[in-house]
Amino acid sequence: MKKLLSVLLVSIMALSLLAGCGAKEDKGSVYYLNFKPEQDKQWKELAEIYTEKTGVEVIVETAASGQYETTLKAAMAKSDAPTLFQVNGPVGLEAWKDYCYDLKGSDIAGQLSSEDFALMDGDKMAGIAYVIETYGIIYNKELLQKAGYKAEDIKSFADLKKVAEDITKRKAELGFAAFTSAGMDSSSDWRFKTHLANLPIYYEYKADGIGATDAIKGTYLNEYRQIWDLYINNATCEPTALATKTGNDAVAEFTGKQAVFYQNGTWAYGDVADLGDENIGMLPIYIGVEGEENQGLCTGTENYWCVNGKADEKDIKATLDFINWCVTDEVAVKAMCGTEKAMPSGEAGMGFVIPFKACLESTNPLVNQASEYVANGATSVSWNFPTMPSEDWKNGVGSALTLYAAEQTDAKWEDVVKAFVDGWKTEAAK
Amino acid sequence: MEKAIKKSWPFFVLPTLGAFIIGFIVPFAMGIWLSFCEFTTVTDAKFVGFSNYVKVFKDTVFLHSFWYTALFAVVSLIVINVIAFLLAMALTRKMRGTNVFRTIFFMPNLIGGIVLGYIWQLIFDGILQQYNTALKLNEWFGFWGLVILVAWQQIGYMMIIYIAGLQAIPDSVMEASQIDGANSVQKLFRVTIPMMMPSITICMFLSITNGFKLFDQNLSLTAGQPMKMSEMMALNIYNTFYGSVGYEGVGQAKAVIFFLVVIGIGLWQLKATRSKEVQQ
Repeated sequence: MKKLLSVLLVSIMALSLLAGCGAKEDKGSVYYLNFKPEQDKQWKELAEIYTEKTGVEVIVETAASGQYETTLKAAMAKSDAPTLFQVNGPVGLEAWKDYCYDLKGSDIAGQLSSEDFALMDGDKMAGIAYVIETYGIIYNKELLQKAGYKAEDIKSFADLKKVAEDITKRKAELGFAAFTSAGMDSSSDWRFKTHLANLPIYYEYKADGIGATDAIKGTYLNEYRQIWDLYINNATCEPTALATKTGNDAVAEFTGKQAVFYQNGTWAYGDVADLGDENIGMLPIYIGVEGEENQGLCTGTENYWCVNGKADEKDIKATLDFINWCVTDEVAVKAMCGTEKAMPSGEAGMGFVIPFKACLESTNPLVNQASEYVANGATSVSWNFPTMPSEDWKNGVGSALTLYAAEQTDAKWEDVVKAFVDGWKTEAAK
Repeated sequence: MEKAIKKSWPFFVLPTLGAFIIGFIVPFAMGIWLSFCEFTTVTDAKFVGFSNYVKVFKDTVFLHSFWYTALFAVVSLIVINVIAFLLAMALTRKMRGTNVFRTIFFMPNLIGGIVLGYIWQLIFDGILQQYNTALKLNEWFGFWGLVILVAWQQIGYMMIIYIAGLQAIPDSVMEASQIDGANSVQKLFRVTIPMMMPSITICMFLSITNGFKLFDQNLSLTAGQPMKMSEMMALNIYNTFYGSVGYEGVGQAKAVIFFLVVIGIGLWQLKATRSKEVQQ
């Protein structure tokens, strides 16, 4: 602990030295602690452009993957704290709500395409979503065709099961498996303990007409088991090997044409783009709930911008101006929405779908697939995982899923249910 | 000379004292204060009294991790010190190439814990895969994995201390015992080990406190899997601090308790082995 503390202290000192270098002007300054390492370069470029234009200094700092909370906690304790940071939803907000500036009536709030994309804390508008993302089962059209099926054949869990099990049966002959490995290494387990777990939670919330809860009932956990069984028993590898498989393994299997299906989201486009835009599509994750023919992809956000209300008045003003510029200015919007060569420097843009009026049409085929589903009358599944009670809860479920994959017995599934239902209660009570 | 020291001692003392205060005293005092607070950032804390400590003692996982850690500390202590001592004995014989061996055995100590954890994870999982299982499926795989890893890493270091101790035993004492007719077992237990007690004290202190404080290797090798069952105390504290909203203070309280436990055990061990040290 001593060691940890001193490391923390030293890093705080080092950081404040860095932050202290910037000359303070009357215009205030912006200090953005960015969550997404993938977009670090783009934000830094945007910041430079903004500074050139307005003379307001913008510092962009990016936390290492998986280290955002840790970094934020340390950074917020400094005298020069970030003026712009992000929370992941209601549970994340709980920790930071005292720091959130009320964005109601601000310029950027007026730019939102729907009020639903604001994160409310009672009457206060604590955060504003800046990117909408979608996930589902990404599939390889070419391989699916080779197996004798089309995406249109898959309209429910039963269809998906039929296709997957048929492919498994003919695995040797076809030369590929149905699913990529559902790796439970920490680089990949979030796809199942968080994203896949969203579906039973979504249906339960929907059935009960609620948006959050302190005690989940686990009404749809049998369906969760069904889809998990399907994933692990029709994959490229034995279920017992999943404990050590990584995210990169799954990507390699998918791009190496060893499997047809790969559960992930629009953000993974860069990883799978090599297969060719015409070859990739995305299916909804059907889990076998009644009436799921109308289910669309899972669309939502866990990225909300918050402005530090404890910062200097001038800095708050500068920050509000900066984020408003990001979502209204032509260059900035292009940088946020565009993909290839969208940055003024010729680099690729961030490829976001942003929930603001100025949003541009995306060139990411996975994103467009999501809109297609909506246009065809499907109902998108909302993202309910930001209401999961804590990181500890997710880890508990992930761990139980791993153990179950290695030994598929009812007793082991009971442990998953326990982690899911009882764990939720204990974590929510904390 | 003495006058100069009298006059300018602040010049020599103050920088170190300042560093000590900034780097140790202040964070330490702050840490204790924070264990009585609820906070999100360390500069913005609200006093809540003993409620954090109450929560700690209700936490069954913490209790489990305490016994798991204690067992680990004892097992690793024995494994590391026995092997290190034997290696030191072997490498103080007049053999060719002892220096090369000393260097090789010491080298693992130069690699960082996180890296080691990941490398050994690959090795262990590679082996366990043959038996259709994996490191994070069983807490005792994790336990013995950690013992092997830590032994591999620390034996070289302890060995160097033991070698220094062995070389410091005067030849005259050994010779005298030989003349008195002691056999090699008697020489080891009646002469060598008693003469080595200062080194043994140090090595045992280092390995038992290292065992309790183990963090990096635990984080990268098992990350507490499965179900936090292989989570040792330091990692448990870290996960409490960052794992649930509003539990920063509880993590801090655990850290204070942890500090007391480690210092208590360390001092007791020092006293116990010190009393066996002999005057040369």
